[in-house]
Amino acid sequence: MRVLLSLLLCLACAPAWAALEVFACTPEWGALARELGGDRVGVYTATTALQDPHRIEARPSLIARARRADLVVCTGADLEIGWLPLVLAQSGNPKIQPGQRGYFEAAGAAQLIERPASVDRAMGDVHAAGNPHLHLDPRNISRVAKALAAQMSMLDAQDASYYIARELAFQVRWREATARWEREAEPLKDVPVVVYHKDLSYLIAWLGMREAGTLEPKPGLPPTTAHLASLLAQLQKAPAKMVVHAAYSDPRAADWLAQQAKLPSVLLPFTVGGTERATDLFTLYDDTIARLLAGTR
Amino acid sequence: MIRKCLCAAALAAAMPPALAQDAEVEKLREEIRQLQGRVQAVETAKPRASGESAFNPAVSLILQGTAARSSQDPSSYQITGFAPSGGEVAPAPRSLSLGESELIVAANVDPYFRGQLVAALTPDNELSVEEAFFQTLALGNGFTLKGGRFLSGIGYQNEIHQHAWDFQDAPLAYKAFLGGRYNDDGLQLRWLAPTDLFLELGGEVGRGREFPSAEQSRNGAGAWSLFGHAGGDIGVSTAWRAGLSYLYAKPENRAFEDVDSLGNPVTQSFSGASKLWIADFVLKWAPNGNATVTNFKLQGEYFRRSESGTIAYDDRAQAAPQFGTPFSGPYSSQQSGWYLQAVYQFMPRWRVGARFDQLDSGNVSNAIVASGTGPTAADFALLGTPHDPSRISAMADWSPSEFSRVRLQVAEDDSRAGATDRQVLVQYIYSLGAHGAHKF
Repeated sequence: MRVLLSLLLCLACAPAWAALEVFACTPEWGALARELGGDRVGVYTATTALQDPHRIEARPSLIARARRADLVVCTGADLEIGWLPLVLAQSGNPKIQPGQRGYFEAAGAAQLIERPASVDRAMGDVHAAGNPHLHLDPRNISRVAKALAAQMSMLDAQDASYYIARELAFQVRWREATARWEREAEPLKDVPVVVYHKDLSYLIAWLGMREAGTLEPKPGLPPTTAHLASLLAQLQKAPAKMVVHAAYSDPRAADWLAQQAKLPSVLLPFTVGGTERATDLFTLYDDTIARLLAGTR
Repeated sequence: MIRKCLCAAALAAAMPPALAQDAEVEKLREEIRQLQGRVQAVETAKPRASGESAFNPAVSLILQGTAARSSQDPSSYQITGFAPSGGEVAPAPRSLSLGESELIVAANVDPYFRGQLVAALTPDNELSVEEAFFQTLALGNGFTLKGGRFLSGIGYQNEIHQHAWDFQDAPLAYKAFLGGRYNDDGLQLRWLAPTDLFLELGGEVGRGREFPSAEQSRNGAGAWSLFGHAGGDIGVSTAWRAGLSYLYAKPENRAFEDVDSLGNPVTQSFSGASKLWIADFVLKWAPNGNATVTNFKLQGEYFRRSESGTIAYDDRAQAAPQFGTPFSGPYSSQQSGWYLQAVYQFMPRWRVGARFDQLDSGNVSNAIVASGTGPTAADFALLGTPHDPSRISAMADWSPSEFSRVRLQVAEDDSRAGATDRQVLVQYIYSLGAHGAHKF
């Protein structure tokens, strides 16, 4: 009876659209915004897991979506520098400009690693603020969730308790899941892996794995045959366990090296949507760890 | 508000009793208090937001140069059948040559404005201001106002900086109708529709500093334009944009030098109205929208211009002029042109492209020639020679990184009547400093 009554009442007051329109730069932040915002947010994700986050263009569709957004949720640390400034400048939307409440950078809440002492393009496409691929450390997700829930509550004060409650529930589930992943990933400790790009550094650091080399000669530069040959020679001296690459990166170089060095080539979803199983943040980590474990066998 | 309260009350009523207990409520309250503290902390100690850099504007520098070979002398370049547009439209100089070095400085001025300067250091040691504008950030409702000198929003390629072009030089239509690119001094207002389909309308007023207008001292606008662009995605792999633009200019004494039938210099000038329509489209494709390995870009624009007014002819500057007296009479022309280009990246670092240009010198009615009492069509070497210029270009470029590019380009250029120009050039483009974002 009570349920029926509340349902009737809710029908009368149900808002036709979401209270907060979120523009997420990458799928992981879209997924997090959904976790925290539930049905109070409408989430548009600007890129997919199969797109290289460094090489996004300021497409007309992105500008059109940014025009109506209340909150932009991006990584920061210069990851989106090639397209987001243009999208924001052309959006005609004052709410989401940097410095405003509608602009959120995950890097502002997370702990960044690999912050270079000096930056020079001779080192490749390095980021002065540190490695921006921060979402593959679950502790960063937890930190970002905290800050993002705060920002959402600020923007949509009426639903503040809703966001906080959801954040708390998320944090509890996330803590449990993190403990489980750390248990499951025990065999991955000290396992040397070759990566494509420095986009898995947080995952490797969190799980205590070792990076035995990168397919890219310098960050952001496509693999060259000369570099692959030297990497192969290096692997013959100090073997690695597997070659891992993100779903968005070109598999050819990784597959070639894996074949030559007789190692498994492991594709990781990298972000939500990168594999069929990685449909949200939890399954992203589930699948990532399952695939790494499969690679060690 | 009342509805919301009712709804919340209803929700609370519907909750299982265990959850609705006071302890839970108190816990939630405590969380809210903590959160408010956090919000304050966030507000006071803003985390290192990656603004373009701490108060210093983002600075980037473009270095360019060419090594070129051409069968016709680039210094004698002209597009027969079309009035010279006054811009830097000639092909790259022969032999080794420095291109334009561009210095780009940009930053947010304050929460309300953004500013940008693009200065070009030309190979002949001149400094020219390509762009210097402010742009509003806080107008809201999809409006953006720009003021100063800026690349006009008409067409597609016009707003793209030269170093980001897919070929070393501009399409012939841009050379003939806009002097390579159109950057007037003025104001631009754009409005972006609140729709999922990208739909943008804009208008500009300017002093009419350059072609198709002509510099002069007058109060009021010398040129204005209107444009609309629409765009979107087709699936995840394809993005497109199409547009329609109109540019109106009212040049007074838009003068240029030509030669008469004896090969001696004469001055011709046009006064009247110049109306230009541009239809443009661009389509970009990449597998799954991931342009890293392979991608394809198709771009084309159609220009149609009609001019009507008076033309003046003056050969009195010659020592022994053929006529020795100025002529003037009604003049009108309807001319058009288009280009289509495609660029394909077939593997990381490598791209190839092809472009076809065609101009139609159309209908020209010149009352001085028609009267039969003065200069004949042969005395209007440029305007009086019916010629439909065309050009075929091909290029291949190699980009070791996002910041460097080397390009090989060949072209067969029939801009001049009866003199095909075969061009080969190698171009380098390096960008230093801040990572600039490129327009779609």
